[in-house]
Amino acid sequence: MTQGTSLYVAITGHVDHGKSTLIGRLFYDTDSLPEEKLEEIRKISLETGEEMQFAFIMDHLEEERGRGITIDTAHTFFSTEKRQYVIIDTPGHKEFLKNMFTGSSHAEAAILIIDALEGVMDQTRRHCHILGLIGIKQLIVVVNKMDLIGYDKEKFDKIVIEITDLLESLSIRQNYNIPISAKEGVNVATKSEEPRWYNGPDVLQALDSFNELEVEEKDLRFPIQDVYELDGKPLAVGRVESGGMKKGQEVSILPSGKRSKILSIEKYPDRNIDFAEIEECVGINLDKSVSRGDLLTPPEESRTLTPGIVKTIRTNIFWIDSNPYNLGEEIIFRSTTQETVGKITKIYKAYDPADAEEVWENAEVIGDSQVAESLIELDKPIVTDSFNEIPEMGRFVLEREGYPVAGGIIL
Amino acid sequence: MDYLSKLENKSIYIIREAYYRFKNIALLWSIGKDSTTLLWLCRKAFFGEIPFPVIHIDTGYKFPEIYRFRDHYAKEWGLDLIIGRNEEKITEGMGPDREDKLLCCTELKTNALKKVIEKEGFKALLLGIRRDEHGIRAKERYFSPRDRDFKWNYKDQPAELWDQYNAMAQEDTHFRIHPILHMTEKDIWRYVKKEEIPSSELYFSKEGKRFRSIGCVPCCTPVDSEAQNIDEVIYELEHTHEAERAGRAQDKEDAYVMQKLRALGYM
Ligand SMILES: Nc1nc2c(ncn2[C@@H]2O[C@H](COP(=O)(O)OP(=O)(O)O)[C@@H](O)[C@H]2O)c(=O)[nH]1
Repeated sequence: MTQGTSLYVAITGHVDHGKSTLIGRLFYDTDSLPEEKLEEIRKISLETGEEMQFAFIMDHLEEERGRGITIDTAHTFFSTEKRQYVIIDTPGHKEFLKNMFTGSSHAEAAILIIDALEGVMDQTRRHCHILGLIGIKQLIVVVNKMDLIGYDKEKFDKIVIEITDLLESLSIRQNYNIPISAKEGVNVATKSEEPRWYNGPDVLQALDSFNELEVEEKDLRFPIQDVYELDGKPLAVGRVESGGMKKGQEVSILPSGKRSKILSIEKYPDRNIDFAEIEECVGINLDKSVSRGDLLTPPEESRTLTPGIVKTIRTNIFWIDSNPYNLGEEIIFRSTTQETVGKITKIYKAYDPADAEEVWENAEVIGDSQVAESLIELDKPIVTDSFNEIPEMGRFVLEREGYPVAGGIIL
Repeated sequence: MDYLSKLENKSIYIIREAYYRFKNIALLWSIGKDSTTLLWLCRKAFFGEIPFPVIHIDTGYKFPEIYRFRDHYAKEWGLDLIIGRNEEKITEGMGPDREDKLLCCTELKTNALKKVIEKEGFKALLLGIRRDEHGIRAKERYFSPRDRDFKWNYKDQPAELWDQYNAMAQEDTHFRIHPILHMTEKDIWRYVKKEEIPSSELYFSKEGKRFRSIGCVPCCTPVDSEAQNIDEVIYELEHTHEAERAGRAQDKEDAYVMQKLRALGYM
């Protein structure tokens, strides 16, 4: 195995379409199960009087086993020759959508599983919308339980056409469509003879073909996370969300627009480094004072991408709270380390992604599991980029009474 | 950025986020490899000086090596160390053999910790748990609210989207923060090696045995191993199928013990 690298993969799909079975199969076939785990599963299968079910590998909790569904986002690890995979198993029930969202928001790639008999269902549609919201770039569609339809190519093609249309409408392009049987292990970790009409990779080969997300070199975005004191001087800490940062560099502090200079970049135990790259957490010494929520960018004349400094934003949000939102209600808006009070002042349209036929235009309410294109007005200006340019700068969370109730992207 | 640096930066971001949101916070240090790695990351996050206390829950049944290690590094790293002991039960002679194991854990770990939290009024605790440790831990969030009785409502956890962590502190709740949740056992050892983080000699083979996971003396058994240094440990982990906590008695009783311990607030 290659040293280290890992890829976070979310497994999504309608309940009972075979997520747990697929994961179990991947683990079993890559020989990634500890002996104890195998024992535990055998024991439980005996106790509950069921045949050895791969799904048990994911369903760790007693209650869950009882209900036979995956409740929460669970993470598990397996390895191939190429790298380590962190599998995020996301629940397929509507009531657990917030967990599906939580899981996928940390994914670098996704597998969307569709039952060959049932085809595209409600949760398949909702999950596709979430994958669109998080901007997934690496996606494998698997049509599962092919054994139940005798590996019928026509039926497979039909499902692929339907899902491709849906994904396209959400600006997502899948990289692969694979006919599989998770239960029989067909095209999961071994390329199978049957079906003869399929010449593409198996699931594992498809995963191995993904690269860890390439980071494009863009302008600096450095949100201030906190300010500490080091050697009697204020030290602003944060994480480079985009671009890079050099010692001595001129920067602009947004939203105020004041100019400043990075006097030093600090880490521990290496003090005073010359450069900080994307994703790096560092402390910096500036010649002006800053506080949490301020954001450093290159000064105006050397920017290639102009950030917005706005109090009104047009957004796409996904509501994940059981209590609906009523137009005009106050909420907390959080993006990077920025936080402010705001409210939605216009809901252009709201709909349940499971049923995209029924759309409420100029809605007054956003209900549980609905997607809403809406206008948010904020009390204070925030610094943003569009989600397509710099995802970290173009996504946000809405909170009510301290709890996250929606996630969204800036259009 | 290399893989281990990615893991490190992710952890440091979470540690700083937790400190910003709570201030009244402490680190739970079991002196094992995971919590020592977390401690190390805290030192990095705060430039060498951790601005909050470090708690060691002492059951009285720890290995002598662990006490020595604790005292040595607490001094060297200038830690504000709080030692939590359930003196009453220790004096009464509570032990894994006297009563059942679960009760012993509850009294000497959970209740000892509850007392410290009550006394000091901590709003959040940093813990070095990892997702790959045990099935149930796979469901943990980075920021995880607990009620007064330490109960974890894993069925209805708040969403945790991207890097926005939920931190609403209600009157009688506290938060568990898990900055190294995303690391695996192998990641930990590779990071320990890269950073030269000190680790207890108990982790390395003596007379064909070593500890993979360290708890109380009566309740943990070493595994067969010839691994005498970190490289050999990593090699061994790459070729084993044994679960990490296989040597821990508390996990063995039945398939659901960990879950019971968890519901009772065991860390
Ligand atoms: N015939 C057949 N059944 C399958 C296949 N994959 C899963 N199943 C069955 O479908 C049911 C639901 O699978 P499960 O993995 O629990 O679905 P999940 O809810 O998406 O996790 C279980 O009874 C599985 O045994 C397959 O490839 N072929």
